[in-house]
Amino acid sequence: MTEDVVVLGSLRNRLVVILTGGAALLAIILFLFVRGYATLIAQQGQDSILSASVSSILDAAVLRDGNVELDFPYASFSMLNTSADDRVFYAIYADDVLLSGYEGLAVPQLQAGNEGTFASATYDGAQIRMASATRTLIGADMPRQISVTVAQTQDALSDTLNRISSNVALFGIGFFALATALSFWATSTTIGQLRRLTTAVTRRGPQDLSPFSKPVPSEMAPLVGSLNTLMLRLDHSLKQSEDFIAEAAHRVRTPLATVRSYAEATLQRVKNLENRNALRAMVRAIDESSRAAGQLLDHAMVTFRAENLNREDVDLVELLGDLVQRMTPIAEMREVTLKLDVREPTQMPGDPILLQNAFRNLIDNALKYAPSDTVITVHVHAAPTLSVSVKDQGAGFPADEIHKLAGRFVRGSDTRDQIGSGLGLTIAQDVAQAHGGKLILSNRPEGGACVTLQF
Amino acid sequence: MRYIAVLILLLAPLTGHAQDWEDQQVFGSPNPTSTLRILSSTDTSFFAPIIESFIVTRPDIEVHYFVTGTTELDDVFRNNADQFDVVISSAMDLQLKLANDGFAARLDGISHPEWAQWRDSLFAFTIEPAAIVINNAAFADLPIPATRQDLIEVLRENSEKFMGKVGTYDVRQSGLGYLFATQDARASETFWRLMEVIGSLDTQLYCCSGDMIDDLMTGRILVAYNVLGSYALARSETAETLTVIFPSEFPTTMMRSALVSNAASQPVMAEAFVNHLIQLQSEGEPRDFPFLSLAEFHGTIGRVSISLEPALLTYLDTLKRQTFIREWESAIIQER
Repeated sequence: MTEDVVVLGSLRNRLVVILTGGAALLAIILFLFVRGYATLIAQQGQDSILSASVSSILDAAVLRDGNVELDFPYASFSMLNTSADDRVFYAIYADDVLLSGYEGLAVPQLQAGNEGTFASATYDGAQIRMASATRTLIGADMPRQISVTVAQTQDALSDTLNRISSNVALFGIGFFALATALSFWATSTTIGQLRRLTTAVTRRGPQDLSPFSKPVPSEMAPLVGSLNTLMLRLDHSLKQSEDFIAEAAHRVRTPLATVRSYAEATLQRVKNLENRNALRAMVRAIDESSRAAGQLLDHAMVTFRAENLNREDVDLVELLGDLVQRMTPIAEMREVTLKLDVREPTQMPGDPILLQNAFRNLIDNALKYAPSDTVITVHVHAAPTLSVSVKDQGAGFPADEIHKLAGRFVRGSDTRDQIGSGLGLTIAQDVAQAHGGKLILSNRPEGGACVTLQF
Repeated sequence: MRYIAVLILLLAPLTGHAQDWEDQQVFGSPNPTSTLRILSSTDTSFFAPIIESFIVTRPDIEVHYFVTGTTELDDVFRNNADQFDVVISSAMDLQLKLANDGFAARLDGISHPEWAQWRDSLFAFTIEPAAIVINNAAFADLPIPATRQDLIEVLRENSEKFMGKVGTYDVRQSGLGYLFATQDARASETFWRLMEVIGSLDTQLYCCSGDMIDDLMTGRILVAYNVLGSYALARSETAETLTVIFPSEFPTTMMRSALVSNAASQPVMAEAFVNHLIQLQSEGEPRDFPFLSLAEFHGTIGRVSISLEPALLTYLDTLKRQTFIREWESAIIQER
């Protein structure tokens, strides 16, 4: 049935994509955030050391006889020692004149009293971080502005950041893997509920329209509720139509019997050949209608009984012997021999009325299509599986229709001149299915049809 | 002589290489396919075995070994970085500044203790303490000083005997002398008192340890302060005449270091040479490696007083240097 359903995407795939995609996005955000934060912290660390170095140099500045002296401590540069042996550059300016240090350090313009500024730049082909600060020395004649810049390459910083990055990346990948595993688990659990429901629906027999009683998650309750309501309505309308058909058949059969007896009586009295033929045709038509009504009733009965199957031990040999005996007169009328072939006593649990109905329909069918002077054999096999087959020596089933003959009101293309409703095989099939078996139609290699009820 | 050297240095780009070297020697093949040029502040006699063992396995190269003072070496190399492949100097601060200023190539293939190298570009291969070297004859009836304080007392009490007979580095000329002096000054105020005493004795100023030891041998001076002890110990004939004293209160040590020029024309061979040097150092074969290895140093003296770090730039700062030289001059060259 699934091939008839329009499928658009998959819940599982959608869930997996959303969950793993979300996890990937989260992992990337986590990575970028932590890395960014680590960069900030590491940069702040370097900045504060550079700043300390700058202020230790600035603090040492004094004016002596109008000249700037800067006897800064050893620690000013010692504190800049890093594990990666970063290069150190510095420049000391007095009123924008380089007093000592490295030329070409891009020293920012500083205003007196500036707290200190930081900048990133490139110097001598290396990426550097600079800290600068300024201080005004008040001398005897005029104030002098001293500014100091200390710069350092960022090798240790980038080492640290790379280490943090790879750790965070590992963490992110781990997080992603875990989240993916979780999402697969969550998805399969969720989809599992749907699958269980699907299995429950699929496993049901064709007649089973009872509501689902197993517990389902609250999200699926509306679906199952709707499904139950739908099945209830379906069951209701099916029963209604079956009832209606049975009622109609019943109502038709009784007047038909009356009409037939009148027609028979009239046939005795009428001498005119033309009228007799007309009456015979009438009787025949009445027979056909009556038989159809009977089979409709049978079918309704089978449907009802199959739904509420009443199992008891049935002696198949006795049941079939009875049936064959009862039908032998009809067979003799058609000059057909009806044989029962039983090797051993066979019993099965089942509804004897249904089984009898099914076998009668099969034998009836065989009688209808068997030519004169042929044999119809009813075989009962106990092994390998219990089966009952009815074999005739007629024309067999048309090969191209064999698979659909068991459908309701389906009749073979070669049956125009036979009375029939197209329900016989359907009834047999319904009975077989109600007993957990199946109906197999085949043609015998030596000619003739073979219908098997396999339980 | 120094001024001529500086003058020549300034004219060097015009006149080719009319550099006035302290020493200049060529090792190796007479018809070489390539030449390794080493600029060094270390006497050739110390490096000859190292170079010889290097060229043993490389028969088709020659090694030019140029010797000059540490300060001049710095100047020469800064102006002609492409003329030399390997630079070896005992002035750690100048070497570190060369590396810091981007003159040294990074050598990734050399494994060396973290404290003995800087930025994978500057490699220390020996540690040497500064020593007080005395003429034994002069101290025959005097106590042998074990510390700087002892030396101050001896000199003060015998100022007539030592007048004009005390030698030390001229820190204005010698990069190593400047390094020793600044590190002494950093460590203790005793240094300045010693300088005052030495200055009052009309001290002799030297460019190099070798010269100081020469004069100690002849008796021209009787005491030398902050000399490289290894130079004195290396001369077999000194044992009788001189005593090398490592001051016991605090050692002032330096590390001789090597770097490969960033502009080297033989970078692969230069790296191989530095690697060779480091390996000799760690193997500590005394015949090929006439220095104290790093491990040996840790066994005997035990503490490196000057570490390879950017703080070495401190005293190279123009202002700091001016201040220090001025103070040093006022202590040593006392106008009388």
